[in-house]
Amino acid sequence: MSDRLLEKVAELYSGKVYRGAKELRGSLLVVEGPFSAAYGEVVRILDADGRERVGRVLETGIGYALVEVLGEVEGLSTDVAIKFTGSTFKVRVSEDVLGRMFNGRFEPIDGMPPIVRGELRGIEGAPINPVAREYPRDFVQTGVSAIDGMLSLVRGQKLPIFSVSGLPHNRLAAQIARQATVRGEGESFAVVFAGIGLRREEAEFFIEQFRELGALDRMVVVLNLAEDPVVERLMAPRIALTIAEYLAFDLGMHVLTIMTDMTNYCEALREISAARGEVPGRLGYPGYMYSDLATIYERAGMIKGRRGSLTLLPILTMPGGDLRHPIPDLTGYITEGQVILSQELHARGIYPPVNVLPSLSRLMKSGIGPGRTREDHPYVADQLYDAYSRGVRARDLARIVGEMNLSERMRLYLKFADAFESEFLSQGFYENRSVEETLDRAWKVLSILPEEELVRIPQRIIEKYHPKYR
Amino acid sequence: MGEGRRGVVAKVSGPIVVAKGVEGVELGEVVYVGEERLLGEVVRVSAESFTIQVYEDTEGLRPGEPVEATGRLLTAELGPGLLAAVFDGIQRPLSEVAKVSGPFVRRGVRVNALPRNARWHFKPLARKGAKLSPGDVFGVVQETPLVEHRLMVPFDVSGRVREVAPEGDYTVEDPVLTLESGGRLVELTLKQEWPVRQPRPHAGALPLTEPLITGQRVIDAFFPVAKGGAVAIPGGFGTGKTVTLHKIAMHSDSRIVVYVGCGERGNEIAEMLEEFSKLTDPATGRPILERSVIIANTSNMPVSAREASIYMGITIAEYYRDQGYDVTLIADSTSRWAEAIREAASRLGEIPVEEGYPAYLADSIARFYERAGRVRALGSPERVGSVTILGAVSPPGGDFSEPVTVYTLRFVGGMWALDTELAYRRHFPAINWIRSFSQYADTLEGWWSKNVSPDFPQYRRRALRLLALASEVESIASVVGESALPDEQRLVLLASEILKEGFLRQTAMRGEDVFCKPEKQYWLLKLMIDFFERAYELVKRRVPVEEIARIPEIYEMQRVKEDERGLEAVKELYGRVMGRLEELAGKYGLRAGGSA
Repeated sequence: MSDRLLEKVAELYSGKVYRGAKELRGSLLVVEGPFSAAYGEVVRILDADGRERVGRVLETGIGYALVEVLGEVEGLSTDVAIKFTGSTFKVRVSEDVLGRMFNGRFEPIDGMPPIVRGELRGIEGAPINPVAREYPRDFVQTGVSAIDGMLSLVRGQKLPIFSVSGLPHNRLAAQIARQATVRGEGESFAVVFAGIGLRREEAEFFIEQFRELGALDRMVVVLNLAEDPVVERLMAPRIALTIAEYLAFDLGMHVLTIMTDMTNYCEALREISAARGEVPGRLGYPGYMYSDLATIYERAGMIKGRRGSLTLLPILTMPGGDLRHPIPDLTGYITEGQVILSQELHARGIYPPVNVLPSLSRLMKSGIGPGRTREDHPYVADQLYDAYSRGVRARDLARIVGEMNLSERMRLYLKFADAFESEFLSQGFYENRSVEETLDRAWKVLSILPEEELVRIPQRIIEKYHPKYR
Repeated sequence: MGEGRRGVVAKVSGPIVVAKGVEGVELGEVVYVGEERLLGEVVRVSAESFTIQVYEDTEGLRPGEPVEATGRLLTAELGPGLLAAVFDGIQRPLSEVAKVSGPFVRRGVRVNALPRNARWHFKPLARKGAKLSPGDVFGVVQETPLVEHRLMVPFDVSGRVREVAPEGDYTVEDPVLTLESGGRLVELTLKQEWPVRQPRPHAGALPLTEPLITGQRVIDAFFPVAKGGAVAIPGGFGTGKTVTLHKIAMHSDSRIVVYVGCGERGNEIAEMLEEFSKLTDPATGRPILERSVIIANTSNMPVSAREASIYMGITIAEYYRDQGYDVTLIADSTSRWAEAIREAASRLGEIPVEEGYPAYLADSIARFYERAGRVRALGSPERVGSVTILGAVSPPGGDFSEPVTVYTLRFVGGMWALDTELAYRRHFPAINWIRSFSQYADTLEGWWSKNVSPDFPQYRRRALRLLALASEVESIASVVGESALPDEQRLVLLASEILKEGFLRQTAMRGEDVFCKPEKQYWLLKLMIDFFERAYELVKRRVPVEEIARIPEIYEMQRVKEDERGLEAVKELYGRVMGRLEELAGKYGLRAGGSA
């Protein structure tokens, strides 16, 4: 067996190779020898059966290194040959990546040859200097009323979808990818898709959607399926973002990056943290999960003096539907808002089932209003939030005391909430509404309320846009 | 390398590096690590080795690479050039970093905190032969059109002036004053240094008697903060911590603002830079950036530098306090700072006590907030300055019983509790009026009585009582329905609604309602409370609440805050509202004054 290994080594590796690991603990190999490995260095590992794996140095000291094995560890023993590559994990980026599909180790999975042209870049990326950031304010019309009207997306924003298993978050993301345009530019987005621990049919749904769109040459797929190695779930989004950064900031493209499911990412992080024996934080997730997620989400943005933009649309399923679970909680602290889907709305047949009240777009205020969407937009959105929250409270109250015991005013709000959900919120999967249409629909439902209730809209705006005056 | 003591890297694990081969290393000493000279600080010392927390990414670092111990503690460079600049957690000016490394922050970039080529116009105030003590002002520089920078004798120096440079333009490295101290000569420049983890000394703390006027009604009128006080702002995500703090940074009557963006979003810093450059100081027309120092260690920048950023910020704040200014230090978010402490502790293998935080977390938080205060500065001429700390807290899951929130509340004088429910309704600032508190409110009543109106404290208490009452009535209404409530209680709901929408809610980004002057705050409160109390008398005497709800001024009371005529509009509306209620009283045969 060992002879076979030696033969293989001679065939594959040149230079110094180390034989045998001291210990194998989960996916961690302790390697000793007269070397000094670099922190984060990529290691090639050949096992006795001649199978090659890739690993990364997690801790390094004089004469020893702790190596994290990427990929399957099944069948691995301490009888291995180890080759330090001298460099950290990098991917090759050039225009050739467009239209391609890769796995979580950046190996092509579309039957085409690997990328050979272009520059090598570390997948961790470097933080964008805050003073070099261009503050995002270009309104993206998604054609979805709930988002355009009340949770407006701008180019360079990171806006996640918080969902629950079984809700149509993938459909919503696909609809946004299909319909998203910047007003007055008509230019569509290049799409970088990172699938993290996805079931095969989910992955196929997206690829089918993009094919339908005819945009395969303007997209890149990085796919880590549920059956693929857990460690690669941590690499897939970083590879996708390294490519997206290249397309956006080197080639000047407007890139929409969809990452799903970030919950699988976080669970992989927890699994690996546990294997490393780290001190667990809340629910066993590592204490550094906030910082780790930030190194992913903060890669979205725009840069002064560069043409492109990187817009990030991560999807996560909230475990148990709980918004306070560490995954949605920490994400919400990093991202610029969140779009929350509701089981209740879904059960009532409303698509997209966006619960707008806890949802938020932090960059909305800079992307809407006169010259960007329409002058009434900020006021209308504000009034919709106020009125809908009253309507929902009225509905809750009616369940307890009966609709008859509501005041006349509350009954109107209840009527408003119903109309809001059926006329404004709900729309078809292929229905692409302009922002004007969205706002006109908003006015229509607001006109259910007496004019004096519209305290968040200035009189002159009411007189210009209220259906009564038009 | 330099002239420091040299050793070698023995082990690398993320930002924690173990090194050996240097004698007499001290805790807190600054160390350069590796061929790229990454900046780090010694966090643990043992007989054979020492442990370094590195402030930059360590990927690629190998055992055997050199380390250099500098013998210095982590210090802030203090002098003209701090204002209008953006620094990272270890005081590298980010615009200089961008010149060297482009739009991405690469590691190993070494730039000076204060520009070396800028020339400042120095005016000496000390004469030759004069005796100077620590803290004495020996000259001034107009740092920005908004701020005169007072140059102080460093705290470890005193002596007789041997030489003073004439008025003229100097760089921060040019000697401008020579002191003779115990037979040796000390040259002073426009800059000095101070170790960031040590509070700067002063000549004594003073009582906190003056409010920081933020222009936000719910804060100034209900939960005020005194100049020199400390307030925590806890709130789940999306409750508006950052927006509230930005507003205060922009509009409060503080002379200097030090904003520490600690582990938060990069776009927020970009936005702040834009806003601070656009918004002008009403008195001088100059952009408020010229009175601000921004420290930006965003969430994706190295975690260890995030830990340092808070100390960097407070040290700079104290330095301007010592010059005699009122300074506001905003820390957004202290939870990210606490997490950085936790991460370092965990890598060092320290025993976690609560949610993984080390036992000394409470102590670190206490020592940070203890650096707030209003003080008499050391040296002459006599100067009084203050540091007010506003610290955002981001509790996981919005749960205020988690360690960082709990510890923080022990060391601050006030809390603006941000409320998820209010935020969902887009009621901003989403400061919950039941849960929030301010220990400064009582002492600041004197200021309000003297400067605004003697009956302000009365109105404040009555308004808070109305809100508390309304919250009780709401819970009753949620069981029996609003229409089943007696008229008095329905009036309470109506009046509290007016107070919430017309007074507490303040979301304007521009125009009249961005900043509400104290006098207008008083008049709005008076309008709504007098309306309520007069209407209450009427309702008690059988005027139906529907009649009151129908008066057209109800709508106006909720909007008058935005009226561009300002205070005049409120006063005018007050007259009309009261008149309308008297009309109603007349209609129901009730005489004015309610004593019939």
